[in-house]
This record gives sequence, structure tokens and C-alpha cells, in this order.
Amino acid sequence: MPSFIHKPRDFLAGLLFLVVGVGAFVVAQDYSFGTARRMGSGYFPTVLAGILAALGAILILLSLFGRRDAAEALALRPVLVVISGSLAFAFLLRPAGLVIAMITMVLIAAIGSRTAKLLPSLLLAGGLAAGSVVVFVWALGQPLPVWGSWFGS
Amino acid sequence: MDILSSLALGFATAFTLQNLLYCFLGCLLGTLVGVLPGIGPAATIAMLLPATFTLPAAPALIMMAGIYYGAQYGGSTTAILVNLPGEASSVVTTIDGYQMSQQGRAGVALATAAIGSFVAGSVATLVLALFAPPLAEMSLEFRAPDYFSLMVLGLIGSVILARGSFIKALAMIVFGLLVGLVGTDVNAPVRRFTFEIPELFDGIGIVPVAMGIFGLGEIILNLQHQESRAKVIGTITKLMPSREDLGRMAAPILRGSALGSFLGILPGGGALLASFAAYALEKKVARDPSRFGRGAIEGVAAPEAANNAGAQTSFIPLLTLGLPSNAIMALMAGAMMIQGVQPGPGVMKSQPALFWGLIASMWIGNLMLLILNLPLVGLWARLVRVPYDVLYPAIMVFCAIGVYSLSGSLVDLYLMIGFGALGYLFAKLGCDPAPFLLGMILGPFMEEYLRRAMLLSRGDPMVFVERPISATLLGLTAVAVLFILSPTFRARRDQALKE
Repeated sequence: MPSFIHKPRDFLAGLLFLVVGVGAFVVAQDYSFGTARRMGSGYFPTVLAGILAALGAILILLSLFGRRDAAEALALRPVLVVISGSLAFAFLLRPAGLVIAMITMVLIAAIGSRTAKLLPSLLLAGGLAAGSVVVFVWALGQPLPVWGSWFGS
Repeated sequence: MDILSSLALGFATAFTLQNLLYCFLGCLLGTLVGVLPGIGPAATIAMLLPATFTLPAAPALIMMAGIYYGAQYGGSTTAILVNLPGEASSVVTTIDGYQMSQQGRAGVALATAAIGSFVAGSVATLVLALFAPPLAEMSLEFRAPDYFSLMVLGLIGSVILARGSFIKALAMIVFGLLVGLVGTDVNAPVRRFTFEIPELFDGIGIVPVAMGIFGLGEIILNLQHQESRAKVIGTITKLMPSREDLGRMAAPILRGSALGSFLGILPGGGALLASFAAYALEKKVARDPSRFGRGAIEGVAAPEAANNAGAQTSFIPLLTLGLPSNAIMALMAGAMMIQGVQPGPGVMKSQPALFWGLIASMWIGNLMLLILNLPLVGLWARLVRVPYDVLYPAIMVFCAIGVYSLSGSLVDLYLMIGFGALGYLFAKLGCDPAPFLLGMILGPFMEEYLRRAMLLSRGDPMVFVERPISATLLGLTAVAVLFILSPTFRARRDQALKE
């Protein structure tokens, strides 16, 4: 963070709100605005987006003054692991099926922990996969593919 | 219908085999997630929402309510035994509860928490039964402008206790409102913010968002702050409090129940606010405040009573006005809408059995919790040792399967993952996710009421201050804002939250 930003967290939050607000404002211009009496589909979103952008701008402005905050440490590993594990599940569910998707997800997730070990994680992954098939597919009858299209089912 | 016959109807509904079973299941699950650190009632309710689709409305809501107040019981167990609050609302209980357990009085502290919770639960059930009908009656007078102002008050009120800056909390509300508008406009065949993705035409569901933020987002946070704690569990020797203990806890329990019931009703209220306020109150009225922090029984009794009472009475604004006051109530609102029940004054009129059955089930649930918690406390205490390495992959599995089985759509999975990342970002940037969730639920309603109000007034915004109900609500909102902005309040709130 450059040194003129006193409160990095407020600055980034403000930036997030400003970007979302401006983006929503631009998109909302495609919808008819109408009048106060007969509001179109764009009226409320435009107003909200404007407010959000304004609040974001105020936050950014205020973050340049006052007592300095320490920057928050971002932990990349847990983020990557949880997100990519879940994404792997989403990608694999239909082609490979529940069992493989789930084992992959649990094993990727285990990388995120500083204390998890390989063998227990394998056991956990297998156990969770077997348990889910029994509970969700057999007992509750959820329409989940146990084996996916790669296996011809 | 008078209260007695209404309550009779409620107990008749709650005492069916199915409803008792789901009440028990909710309490059991609630205690479980209350005991397990790193998973809260919000994530649990979100994960279970898909499973309740096949149930009728009454058992579904009874079970989810049980999870919320059951978690208040469970949270105190770990707070006392291992100095780990299972829930945020048990944070204050660790102060004196853990001290008591260090002094060999763990059993007494647990019993105090359980007795306090049970008394508070009973009081709160009565408060619900007494105050909900007149409030619902009153809200029948509400017209579109009044509802709009009510929602403004509810949303602003919800951020009184939000951590961090007021501007951020406001922005989170507005952000949530915008996300709530995604989908087809109810008044015109216009699809807003859907980016031509068919799965978004009906809007973004509350389940993927809540699972993302409270499930995945929390996991990331917990993994970052993972630490190997030495889990020394206090041994439980004597459960029964002595006569002197009982005398000491009676007044704090009653004060905590009253304060918790009151704070639960307020917008932004609920278990968390109630427990902090009750602890502060006990310290104020104590003859010797220095005893607090050294194992004062009042410091366990009052907050535990208050958080349970607050958890229950926070149903009042939802059931009578259709206004969720915290993140859990937002999920309950979502659950009701999925069940085809519109939260608000209509519930009591059109579905009295559901309404009173839910209230009666809370009292029954509290009784079950008492039995579930006191004799079995040793079993629950052992659960604290479940390593997080086992827990979080299981949570991820439940979230993934649960969200996919909503409608068999991969888009819901991607939404959950996206909101998981966003939830982590929110936490890192010091933005409380609760106002976001409330805004998301209320967004479409606010727009609709604003539209109707302006149509009726022919575009004159003065309608919001000319109608007495609306003007009063907006006046209260203004007071709340002044409160939040006043430096003394901010200082005291920050101090209270730090303790």
C-alpha cells in the first residue's frame, strides 16, 4: 500500500463499493428510469447504485486521513485451497461423478491445513464420499450422479 | 382468539410426533454446532435449508428455530469448559464461566447456564405469545409508505452494533439491496443484472449466498487463524448449585431474561447484543463489581439467560412485521418464503397453527435442551476435541451437496463459491456481512413498497413524513443514526465489544 493511504482496509472496501456502484449504475441505464410517480425498472437500482458509489468514494476519501491502521494480512493458501477445491467439485461432479469429485475436493482442502496429514486425509475423503453416497443418494434420493458421464452413466 | 386457546392450539400442533421429532432434531443439531467451534447456527441453517424443502412448513421452521436457540445452550458449554466460545454470543460467558471451572466449579457453572437459559426461554416464549398478536394487529394498519419506513428503520437499526465504521455498514446494506434486485422485475418483463444467465432470472437465492459467506468464508478465516490450542477440559464434579448459588443467580437470570427479551425485539437485536448488554448490566448493579472476571456466578447466569431470550424474541419482528432483524432471521425469512409463507402479520391470521406451534415448540425445545445438556454435558464436552481438520472438509462437502441439490444447478455452486470468496474479503476489509444479507432479503420488498407509496402519493415524497406511522418510524431511524454517530456511544460500544 502506498504511504498516503492511512487506512488500507477502508480504502479497499471503498474501492470495492465504488467499483460495484459504478458498474451497477452503468448497467442500470439500460432499464427504463420512469418518473417518481411511475418508477421504471431502472429507478431503484440507479438510485441504490449511486448511493453505493458515493459511500465508496467517501470511504476512500476518509481513508487518506486520521490514525494509521495496519494492513490486514491476507492468507492466500486457505483462499486458494477452499475456492479451488470447491471449484474442482463443481467441474468434476457431472463428468466424473460424486465420488471422484468429492475425494478431489477433500484432498485439495486438506492442503489448506497446517496440521492435516496425507493418510488421515485420504481416509476422511473416502469416508465422506461413501457417507454422502449412502445418505444423500441412497437414503434421501438426491439426483446426484454417483459415477459421471466419463463412466458412461 | 385469546392467548390461552391460541397457546392450546400451539401445543396441540407442537405435540404431534413429527413436530416433536424435528424440534428435538433442531435442538440436538443446535447444541452440536454450539459446541463445535468454527461452525455457527447461520451456516448450519443454510446447509439444512435444502433438506427442509420436502417437509411441511411447521416442522421445517420448528427445526431451524431449534438450531438457533439450541446453539445458545451449546455455545456456553465450551465457553465454560475450555474458554472457547462456541458461538459469538457466548463470548462474555468465557470471562466468568471459565474462571468458575478453573476453581473446580465447572459443573455449577454449566448448571447455572442451563437453568438460566431455560428460565429465559420460558419467559421469552411468554413474551412472544403476549406481544406478537398486538404487534401484528397494529401492523395491519400499515400501508406501503409505512412499510418502506419500517424497512429503513430495520436496516439502519441492524447496524447499531455492526463492527467498524457506520459508512461501511451502510454501504453493505445498499450492496445487499442491489444484489436482492437481481432477476426479473416483478412489475415489468425486464431482467436486471442477470447477464443473460437463465439461472439468475429468478434472482439470487439466499442459500448459496449464506452458505458461501457463513460456510466457505468462515472456513477460510478459521484456516488462516488456525492454532493448536491446548484443550484442557475442566473436570465436572458437582452439578447441583448450592442453595447460596441459587439465591445468587435468581435475580441475574430474571434481569437477563427481561433485558434479553427486550433487546431481541429491537431491529439489529438478537442473542449477541443481549449477552453483552446483560453482562454490562450485572456489573453495573453488583455491589462488588471487582468479583466479575474472577468467577462470579452472576456473570454466567445473566448473559446466558439473555442470549437465549434474545434469540427467541428476535422472532417477533419477523413474524409480526415481516422484518428480519439479524442474519439468522434473514435465513428464516428465506426459509418461510421457500415454503410459500410470506413472513409478516399474515402468518398469524392465515396460519395460526404454524405460528402458535412454532412458539409452543420453543418452550418444549427449551425443556428438551435442559435434559439434553445437563446429564449429557460430559459427552458434549468431549466433542470439543474434534479436530478442525476433520470438520472443515465435512462442512465443505455438506455445502457443496446441499447447494447443488437445491435445484440441480451448477450456477448455484459457482454462486456459493463466489460469495465464499466475497465473504472472506468482507471479513478482511472489516465489513459485517449481516446487513448485506438483510438488504438482500428486503431489496425487492423495499422497491415494491417505494413504488406503491409513490404511486399513491402521485410522486410526492412528502407522503413518508405526512403519514403518522411512517413519520414516527423515520423519526426513530433518525434517533438511531444520531445514536450511532455520537462519539460517546461509539466509545462505549467499542469498549463493550472489546471486553
